[in-house]
Amino acid sequence: MKRFRFNQQEIVFAVFALLFLVFSIFLNGFLSADNMLTLLQNVAVLGILGLAMAIVVIGRGIDISLIASLAVPPGLVLQMAQNGHSLPASLTVAFLIAIAFGLFNGWLIAYAEVPSLFATLATGLLLAGLGQAALFQLDVVQWSNGMDGFERLGQGTILGIPTSIVMFAIACVVVAFLLRRTRWGAYIYAIGDNPYAARVTGIPTRPIIVLQYVIAALIGCFAGLVLAASVNSMPTRIFNSTLIYDVVLVVVLGGIGLSGGRGGVLNVIIGTLLIGTMLNGMTIMDISYAGQNLIKGVVLLLAVITDSFLNPRNEETAQQGDI
Amino acid sequence: MKISATMALSVFGLAALAAPALAQQGLDEPFQKPFKEALAGKTVAYVPVAMNFDLTEGWYAGLKKELEPYGVKFVIRDANWNTNAGAQAVTSLISEKPAVMVVHNPDVQTYAKLLQRAENEGIYVIQINMGSAYRSSAFVGANWIEIGERQTEGVVKACQGKSNKIAIIQGALSAAASAYTLKGVENVLAKHPEIKVVSSQAADWDAAKAKAITQTVLKQNPDLCGIVGFWDGMDIGTAAAIKEAGLTGKVFLATSGGGERKGACELVKSGAFDLNMSYDVPTQAAQMAGTIKWLLSSGVKPGSVKGSEYTTLIPITKENADSQLSCWNLSDLKK
Repeated sequence: MKRFRFNQQEIVFAVFALLFLVFSIFLNGFLSADNMLTLLQNVAVLGILGLAMAIVVIGRGIDISLIASLAVPPGLVLQMAQNGHSLPASLTVAFLIAIAFGLFNGWLIAYAEVPSLFATLATGLLLAGLGQAALFQLDVVQWSNGMDGFERLGQGTILGIPTSIVMFAIACVVVAFLLRRTRWGAYIYAIGDNPYAARVTGIPTRPIIVLQYVIAALIGCFAGLVLAASVNSMPTRIFNSTLIYDVVLVVVLGGIGLSGGRGGVLNVIIGTLLIGTMLNGMTIMDISYAGQNLIKGVVLLLAVITDSFLNPRNEETAQQGDI
Repeated sequence: MKISATMALSVFGLAALAAPALAQQGLDEPFQKPFKEALAGKTVAYVPVAMNFDLTEGWYAGLKKELEPYGVKFVIRDANWNTNAGAQAVTSLISEKPAVMVVHNPDVQTYAKLLQRAENEGIYVIQINMGSAYRSSAFVGANWIEIGERQTEGVVKACQGKSNKIAIIQGALSAAASAYTLKGVENVLAKHPEIKVVSSQAADWDAAKAKAITQTVLKQNPDLCGIVGFWDGMDIGTAAAIKEAGLTGKVFLATSGGGERKGACELVKSGAFDLNMSYDVPTQAAQMAGTIKWLLSSGVKPGSVKGSEYTTLIPITKENADSQLSCWNLSDLKK
């Protein structure tokens, strides 16, 4: 008899489907088109960040500085607009900073060979500190008249679908194309699977690693713009929040192993959907904050434990660099 | 006047000069010199929960403006949202012995013992906006219970003849300001059993979380008539959700904050907030500075007098949002 083996992606999908089913049956108003859109809208920014993290994690790295890219360059856009600069100029500066930041991250990791966890931990603090000390007057950068029209990036609807969902969808398509249809994407998988073998076969591993972090920083910056547009301000203090754990969670929960080389956009979408369904259902039920954390923790633990039962790790499957 | 005085002087000559204590000669005011001496060279230590937001920047700017001309020196210890860092800062300040400590508590307990020690060591302690369990020389700040009550009264009034369904967007559960405000909300709701709270959730002072919660709540209860939000910096998100649902003007949003123009008046004017209870930061700063002047010049033993100065709140609505007096600009205060 053939034994069924589920991978983490399928387990998480099953948990998601189960939760969804339970909520649909027992929760009044959960399964309405409106609520489905709200559910997606609430996790769209998290999903976009998940995509950025996925690219890096597939290439066997991790980018803890993602929230700094989310907060600082978009915050600067709002600050510059407030100080009377034009929107295109502010956006250009922000994207240039994001690119420079990604290059710096990539250089540290690929050329200076600092482990990605420590490198991005430090650079994230650096960028966030720079923003607080030199760029922003206040932690919460307010919307100003110079930004009028730009809020459409995060508010309103396109063809009846909330804009932030559309932005998440666009980001998904772009990242999926990059990972599955371009040579660079194939290189990222190769490096994530086995960096030494990749180098031996002639793949330019170092420039590709730099590229990963530049793309991650740019996507982070994009997510920040969507977030800022959706709440009409940039709370730059978000850097101190636990958002980065949620991002890692979405990626790992979705089934992109931290050991690299596996998974794709679909995993991010599944991870995001699970988190979104849980948050939405618990908000409708008006569960207390402590209760929400408890439930979140239990569900995540269940998913991870089930995975390690069904797919036990051993010396063969464990890889160097596994966290 | 000047000319006539000079003329008088030249006419009467020495005789006039010899006459004592006439208008020509000044009278020494006996208390100003000791006052100046009591302030000059003294150090005021400022420990906010974090710099870089309207409240703490405003207090600091206001204090500096009032006290620096008298030769008072300032040291800032920015706890940057880290309770441990704040406690360490207070501990090390006790050994540095500034004359006054202005402390913004992150919660009721953490600094309480330390502040008591500081006053025993001869340091005046002024607590701002968030008090601790220890009552020190002075507390200057908002009465959170009153804020919660007045916000809720506003919402209840707006709900008359409507669905009577309201939602509450709290701050962080660990923050006393949030818990006190909630108590105020409960006080009013106890008198109005017809009001139904459909959702009461903590958004961690985070605008994005507040928006997500509000969106979900509005989808479930499109007939919601009001929301009590706990801080204007966070309720930008709440307001964005109301606007996206096309319910601006239908859902009454009450919030509170320091009254900074961009964060308060302009958002009330735009219709994002219907009521913003402001605790007017410049006035709080002036009251703190006044208290510091009084304490230093009085020479009372730290900890021997204890009092409170609760801020008189300014309810900002469409009617007064345009007034120059309702809100303040951080950039002006820093000049």
